[in-house]
Amino acid sequence: MTVATIADTAVDLDEEGFLTDHTQWNEQVAAQLATNIGIELTDDHWKAIRFVRQDYEAEGETPTLRRVTNVAGIPTKELFALFPKKPAKKMSYVAGVPKPVGCV
Amino acid sequence: MKNLMVLGAGTAGTMVVNRLRRHLPRDEWAITIVDQATSHQYQPGYLFMPFGRYRTADITRPTARFIPDGVELVTGEIDRVVADDDTVLLTDGTELMYDQLVIATGATPRPDQTPGMAEDEWRRSVHDFYTSEGAAALAARLATWDGGRLVVHITEMPIKCPPAPLEFAFLADSHFRRKGMRDRIEIVYVTPLDGAFTKPIASRALGGMLDDRGITVETDFMIERVDNETKTIVSYDEREIPFDLLVTVPLNMGADFVGRSGLGDDLNYVKVDKDTFLSTRHDNIFALGDAADLPTSKAGSVAHFAVEIFADNFLQHIAGRPMTTHFDGHANCFVEAGDGRAMLIDFNYDTQPLPGKYPLPVLGPLSLLKETRLNHYGKLMFKWIYWNLLLPARPLPVPALMSMAGKDSQTSAQQGART
Repeated sequence: MTVATIADTAVDLDEEGFLTDHTQWNEQVAAQLATNIGIELTDDHWKAIRFVRQDYEAEGETPTLRRVTNVAGIPTKELFALFPKKPAKKMSYVAGVPKPVGCV
Repeated sequence: MKNLMVLGAGTAGTMVVNRLRRHLPRDEWAITIVDQATSHQYQPGYLFMPFGRYRTADITRPTARFIPDGVELVTGEIDRVVADDDTVLLTDGTELMYDQLVIATGATPRPDQTPGMAEDEWRRSVHDFYTSEGAAALAARLATWDGGRLVVHITEMPIKCPPAPLEFAFLADSHFRRKGMRDRIEIVYVTPLDGAFTKPIASRALGGMLDDRGITVETDFMIERVDNETKTIVSYDEREIPFDLLVTVPLNMGADFVGRSGLGDDLNYVKVDKDTFLSTRHDNIFALGDAADLPTSKAGSVAHFAVEIFADNFLQHIAGRPMTTHFDGHANCFVEAGDGRAMLIDFNYDTQPLPGKYPLPVLGPLSLLKETRLNHYGKLMFKWIYWNLLLPARPLPVPALMSMAGKDSQTSAQQGART
């Protein structure tokens, strides 16, 4: 684990660069994290990211892609367009929450 | 008289009633188990059916044979659980009351959930091997197939027995080589994961085994649909993979009644505490085996270890005491490699599969993360163990919680190579 400064905010990161404490997140941090992976955030990105954060806070775990589609009503295809290749991982990275646990 | 009701007479449900009937006084606790099927299948056997080792009859036994005296077996389809009334409703209108409920209704392949999968080409050029019907249909197809492009595919995680599609690819490679037709067949392994398997060291070892066999891997592939006209699978990011023969693992889901009862997640897996299997919503409902949303593999070995932990905890729970034994997500799986060899992997929530010996350090006799003949015989012998020791919940010489003894935590994946 390392401590870094992102958008003038001190944050703790794991070895893959994910925030280990979601309360250190703010919108400027999100914008910088998105830039790190080549994404410029639009309103559509924000809709997904806000849902991921709300759902994480309510449920205690990162929502799967399926859940973002079912509950937030954003089609999976659109999520792939917004966060190319690995939408579940990229959404959680920008939203400052852990990677989804899908892989066991 | 109190009633423990178990839904599902599969691996987990059958083990639970056998174990708890010995521990719960018969004059205080009745036990009821409900299942819609009257036969029980040895699911690890499905993998071998397409290659002709087993037929359906070889892996099927009557459910009732494994239900002990003192447990009532009810055959019926579950409509829903009404948790506020401690009642289970069956589709024929029967109402069953419980004091404690264990949901063990497993996970089921659902090809209907992917557009185009269960349509014109289903069981013609689109197959699965996660049911006995599917595995038997694939056996018939492989017997007359004259070659082409075989695509082995996973729809979405989690799936039951996560190494099974890899094993299928290894066994297919070996099968076609033996038949002298491997040069007429291209094998492609398509996965939604970013590598061959879920855990890094095992993923590298297994990925190397795919390379060795000339099997190409397509990663990060999230299927949107099967195109029956062009015989391609199409991903959400518009990649297309053509096939002559598609062997897919369809989306796996928990039982629909779990969703209807408001107990499940988006795939109808029951939301439970991962240490104790108690529902996060009701303090007299548990879920065991594949039916639970535990962050570990969906596999019979996990169900077995979990049931041992659960039995101790359950006795504390009904005595009004806190549950003191915590599950660690312990899983182990034999992974068939083809050519009469297999490897064994052993892991839990926190520790990924490592090389070493199992179950005894140094002595083994089984080798972890390494292909050996003995592991293969271990896998075949497991069918006997399943029917005769596991389901009746007789003692097995392996611990429920994972042990680091015998594991080499310093070893890199290079040692997962062929012996």
